[in-house]
Amino acid sequence: MGHAQTPAAPVLALDGITKTFPGVKALDGVTLELYAGQVTALIGENGAGKSTVVKTLTGIYQPDGGRILMDGEEVRFPTAQDASAAGVTAIHQETVLFDELSVAENIFLGHAPKGRFGLIDRKAMHKDAQAILDGIGAEIDAGVRLKDLGIASRHLVAIARALSVEARVVIMDEPTAALSRKEIEELYELVDALKAQGKAILFISHKFDEIFRIADRYTVFRDGQFIGAGEMADIAEAELVKMMVGRSVDQIFPKRAAEIGEDVLLVAGYSHPTEFEDIHFTLRRGEILGFYGLVGAGRSEFMQSLIGVTRPSKGAIRLNGKVRVIRSPADAIAAGIVYVPEDRGKQGAILDMPIFQNVTLPSLPRLSKNGFTRMAEEFALARQYTERLDLRAASLDTTVGSLSGGNQQKVVIAKWLATQPTVIILDEPTKGIDIGSKAAVHDFMSELASEGLSVIMVSSEIPEILGMSDRVIVMREGRMVAELEGEDLTPETLVRHAAGISSKGEAA
Amino acid sequence: MSLAETQQTAARHIPDRLTTPLARTFKSWESLLLLVAIGIFILNSFASPYFLNAWNLSDATFNFTEKAMIAFAMALLIIAGEIDLSVASIIALSSTAMGVVMQAGFGTPAIVATGLVTGLLCGAFNGVLVTRLGLPSIVVTIGTMSLFRGISYIVLGDGAFRGYPSEFAWFGQGYVVWVITVELTIFAILAVIYAVVLHKTNFGRAVYAIGNNATAATFSGIRVERVKFILFLLTGLMAGLASVCLTSRLGSTRPSIASGMELEVVTMVVLGGVSILGGSGSIPGVVIAAFVMGLVTFGLGLLNVPGIVMSIVVGALLIGVIALPRIYQNLRRS
Repeated sequence: MGHAQTPAAPVLALDGITKTFPGVKALDGVTLELYAGQVTALIGENGAGKSTVVKTLTGIYQPDGGRILMDGEEVRFPTAQDASAAGVTAIHQETVLFDELSVAENIFLGHAPKGRFGLIDRKAMHKDAQAILDGIGAEIDAGVRLKDLGIASRHLVAIARALSVEARVVIMDEPTAALSRKEIEELYELVDALKAQGKAILFISHKFDEIFRIADRYTVFRDGQFIGAGEMADIAEAELVKMMVGRSVDQIFPKRAAEIGEDVLLVAGYSHPTEFEDIHFTLRRGEILGFYGLVGAGRSEFMQSLIGVTRPSKGAIRLNGKVRVIRSPADAIAAGIVYVPEDRGKQGAILDMPIFQNVTLPSLPRLSKNGFTRMAEEFALARQYTERLDLRAASLDTTVGSLSGGNQQKVVIAKWLATQPTVIILDEPTKGIDIGSKAAVHDFMSELASEGLSVIMVSSEIPEILGMSDRVIVMREGRMVAELEGEDLTPETLVRHAAGISSKGEAA
Repeated sequence: MSLAETQQTAARHIPDRLTTPLARTFKSWESLLLLVAIGIFILNSFASPYFLNAWNLSDATFNFTEKAMIAFAMALLIIAGEIDLSVASIIALSSTAMGVVMQAGFGTPAIVATGLVTGLLCGAFNGVLVTRLGLPSIVVTIGTMSLFRGISYIVLGDGAFRGYPSEFAWFGQGYVVWVITVELTIFAILAVIYAVVLHKTNFGRAVYAIGNNATAATFSGIRVERVKFILFLLTGLMAGLASVCLTSRLGSTRPSIASGMELEVVTMVVLGGVSILGGSGSIPGVVIAAFVMGLVTFGLGLLNVPGIVMSIVVGALLIGVIALPRIYQNLRRS
């Protein structure tokens, strides 16, 4: 890693940028500086504000306050075209490409060189595309159709597309997420080549080994705030981790010591051909068991197989001492295992149906009489659980879609509690909801545990995991890599296990 | 927020409803459709002196009773996000099967049973292809639309089955009391049954849930594929029943029987306020839509309007009625 000298002035700088969404301050006066010929890593947990920064830089979001400076001059990016015209380009995790078009057409779609009569100058386009591809060392013919290329080549086309505008600033948002080891190495070479061309690069990644391999500088965000910045050469990994997660964990979490009772759920050897392998644990009465890991570690996939949405290839469960076979969510509900999914709009709530019908849907078999619905009982059950969760709604027959995210989540949780489960699995229960609803959900979880319910909580937010869990299982790439409890349960240990860093601080 | 605070604010009461069910009914699509039906009724009575005659009106009900029997099941299927375009071909195949049984010398009970069972089997065939193989229902049923009627053509060629027993005529030509036909009675009974099933049972709730969000329905413990399969069975059975009535009324089977009826059934369902995208609609809406379509065709018939013009009018009615709310929305926005 070259220890580059910091040039005098940044190419692009964010100065006190603030961006507020209803109920959430996504960015709170953040600073970020990108220098020519250097890679700056943007580090932060989920929800730290990284993607908001990317969207602000590429003209998708407009900041509420603060300035964007290019070469010291204030600029504005009212649209994505303006950002791209100014030379800011982004390589996303999933760039939209078109199978039926040629590589050259994909690269220049929307800004192809024009010839006479404003028609596309195909020759020039082809030549320019080939030049860009050669420039990044991609052995791809600009004339072939995209659908004839493999995944790795497609990725290079996406990169070429990003570079086809006269880019001065290149943003790479988790560019290695879908790549193999070898492709990642090639990507590193490409980044080095871009550096040599004097481009300023913003590199976003969760993986510390990558950051240390490729970045010259770092900037850390936490909860939408700027925490620190500097040169990679001057900082140790442990310090970065601390900056990323460090905060007083006890601030908002109302976890009360619940009486932890007998074993309730025993999971043995749960495996899936592609998503997870050999998951095994015991869950006790009154316990909150946290599942931590990076996005894509296989936690949600495991939970969904536990409730019968997908079938495991191997494994068995025992609930209250009895072996249970769960083939469908209906079986899981009957057994008393329920799942509050992460994707509220798709899997959790039926947005166009009224609140009370959402709440009662899984409880209908119990609530109805000979298969006939009973309106009064439905309203009563819905009221009992939604009011307990302090739902804010005009009436119980308004649609769930008309509520705020936090209140939608309360409806989904109410729906599952109304089934009177033994085990409740909450997948990212507070993702994307406002602070007030978050606190209510946490409070409620704690109350449930103290009433003797067993809770599994999947979360990617370290404070939440630390604040709420009695015990934490860490997953990485589909496997359980650690089970932490008591003093072992620290932000540093969580991040190390989840990211695959050995205790000596070297990348695994 | 501390727990104590949560419990205090939890005293906040959420009302069941803001508008009474009655007020909601007045503002509904069904009420608007009812006004249209009444309007057409009044127009018809001015347009032709023969309209306001009990026997003529009784005859008019044949314009919709058979289609509406299928439309009830189709409404549930479309609300659940699927469709069956093979229903008219199921009528043809059922009718052909009944003809074969009749020629073999069996009596009315066996003929009727054959018609119903054939419909059921056709529905099961569609259902298996859609729910087991995961094929899109629109493609499957366009395929079976050709397949089922094709079999009828092979069996009958240019010919026809005639000579159904006289008791068999009761279904399509009989009267229960005075001008009330057997078909109208079946229609009325089915309307009540389907309304109860869709609006008052767990099964009906599952149909809505699936049509609105099949994934969330699955996560909520609803056996989505099973519900859909039952709906295909029901639709097949209703087509079989319609086939019994239609064959009985015509007194013969030709392979071209009920040609194009699937589109009239779908029209009736959509006119009744069922969203073609699934998730919403009601049986009362379909009932009123059945009357609207019956009145329009009958009125035009009294005025000696040729059949081709009738289909133009029905088509325009459908597009107009569907477009009106959208146009109204756009006007209000601008």
